[in-house]
Amino acid sequence: MAAEMLVVHELNKTFATPSGDVIALNRIGLQVKQGEFITIIGPSGCGKSTLLKIVAGLDTKYEGTVLVNGKPIDGPSIEKGFIFQEPRLFPWLTVEKNIAANLSLRKPEVRKRVDELIALVRLQGFERSYPRELSGGMAQRVAIARALLRSPDILLLDEPFGALDAFTRSHMQEVLLDIWQSNKTTMLFVTHDLDEAVFLGERVVIMNPRPGHIRSILPIDLPYPRKRAGHAFQELRHKVLNEFEKVEGPAVDEGAHI
Amino acid sequence: MIGSGGAESALRKAVKAKKKRTRSRFSIQTVNLLLSLLLPLGLLAVWQIAGMMGRLNPTLLPTPGLIVEEFVALTMSGELFYHLSVSSWRALLGFLLGGGIGLAAGLWVGFSYRAERLIDPSLQMLRTLPHLAVAPLFILWFGFDESSKILLIAKGAFFPLYVNTFLGIRSVDSKLFDVARVLQFSRWQMITKLVLPASLPNVLLGVRLSIGVAWLGLVVAEMMGSSSGIGFLINDARYLMITSVVFVGIIIFAVVGKLTDSLVKLLEKRLLRWQDSYKGEGVS
Ligand SMILES: Nc1ncnc2c1ncn2[C@@H]1O[C@H](COP(=O)(O)OP(=O)(O)OP(=O)(O)O)[C@@H](O)[C@H]1O
Ligand SMILES: [Mg+2]
Repeated sequence: MAAEMLVVHELNKTFATPSGDVIALNRIGLQVKQGEFITIIGPSGCGKSTLLKIVAGLDTKYEGTVLVNGKPIDGPSIEKGFIFQEPRLFPWLTVEKNIAANLSLRKPEVRKRVDELIALVRLQGFERSYPRELSGGMAQRVAIARALLRSPDILLLDEPFGALDAFTRSHMQEVLLDIWQSNKTTMLFVTHDLDEAVFLGERVVIMNPRPGHIRSILPIDLPYPRKRAGHAFQELRHKVLNEFEKVEGPAVDEGAHI
Repeated sequence: MIGSGGAESALRKAVKAKKKRTRSRFSIQTVNLLLSLLLPLGLLAVWQIAGMMGRLNPTLLPTPGLIVEEFVALTMSGELFYHLSVSSWRALLGFLLGGGIGLAAGLWVGFSYRAERLIDPSLQMLRTLPHLAVAPLFILWFGFDESSKILLIAKGAFFPLYVNTFLGIRSVDSKLFDVARVLQFSRWQMITKLVLPASLPNVLLGVRLSIGVAWLGLVVAEMMGSSSGIGFLINDARYLMITSVVFVGIIIFAVVGKLTDSLVKLLEKRLLRWQDSYKGEGVS
């Protein structure tokens, strides 16, 4: 059995706002093994981004226990890659310099890796473009390449493919699965998309809002590569969907495929 | 075949139309330029004619022709160049001194909350002091020589750069800070790779405003008392009632001020190529 990479226990997070306290996370508990692929799905405002930021070490004001590799978090570190919900590129840097950021492109090994990643996210020809010249989906792919360059042990992804078209999206899903399988990266992948959650995750964490909590965690016992059209896939998809129908209102993006 | 031929000719038409559009935009620009010149040129013509007909008092309002003659004479004698170089030198020194300290102070206060509480309130108080109010004091302290003038210019040039650098640093997007933290920027990289580029637009605005204020300070300083410089030229001519020289001096101030401003704007354009901001189109 692989070691626990991430342990979250009795995690509570409250935001103090002028209009009163907002409970963003309520008694979150989650254990993730080294090299596991976890997808987190839940409606807007259920605290998915908040949870990821706490694990990343960007937000240290919380109650409860969060351990990465058995140690409490003390701020961000290179082992924990983060892809934000928005691209967040540096507007004054070109695409290749955004990916390299604080690493020097003059180093041959950085140069080589950056070029590989640009090809991987299919942005050849845009190396020297500024972020203002990119579409939302292209900018997000730059952000993905930036995170991948650091080869993190654990990758935190906050709806990384939300701005991509269907084709690029499925290409990026394949790319991510490739990286996961070859690097044994632990993945914590937040999404709005039911289909994506079931396609990628070994376990799907289902969250509900007000206050944000984990409703259930469903294992997806399907071998990779998965076939969306397959009977088993559709069955599991319905199982996850059923978890949502227990709460009222439109919960998640059902997607166009049924 | 027929289909593709049709498409090709449609394409060609579109290209032609585009060419036409750029040409017509060019001519609109020319027309705009001519239109904007109509009023001043007309005014100059009326002024010249009225002067030649003896309707204007030449000591108060010399004709444009006379002013041009004066300009040529002052240029030929080398007087204009001498005074202009003295003035430019003063403005430059004052700007470098005041602007340099302003930039440094803005960086310091911008990066340190403690420094902000320590010195910003006092500086803000000094900022509201007008040039004319402190000029006599500067003269008392430093006499009529160069140092009082340069310090007066420096005082003016200090504040725009200080305020805008401070503001620029404090308005760096906190979301980008999070990115830099995740990527493990060192403290030094935070400053050089995030804060400084992000605040560059504000700093350059500060430079432009500082140069403008340096020119204003220069006029005050040279009018207060000096024996050289464009301000002196104006003041001396006013004393001797040679109004055409006053006009030449004013025009020189305006032209040089505009030129330096355009220079910084050019620099801005080059350094801020990455910026994606509203260019003032689409709202009529
Ligand atoms: N900085 C903040 N200050 C106050 N409240 C906040 C802050 N950030 C988040 N919240 C609140 O915490 C709750 C969870 O927010 P969070 O961004 O984690 O949601 P989310 O699940 O990521 O939603 P989405 O799918 O729309 O991105 C929301 O109710 C939000 O209003
Ligand atoms: Mg979110």
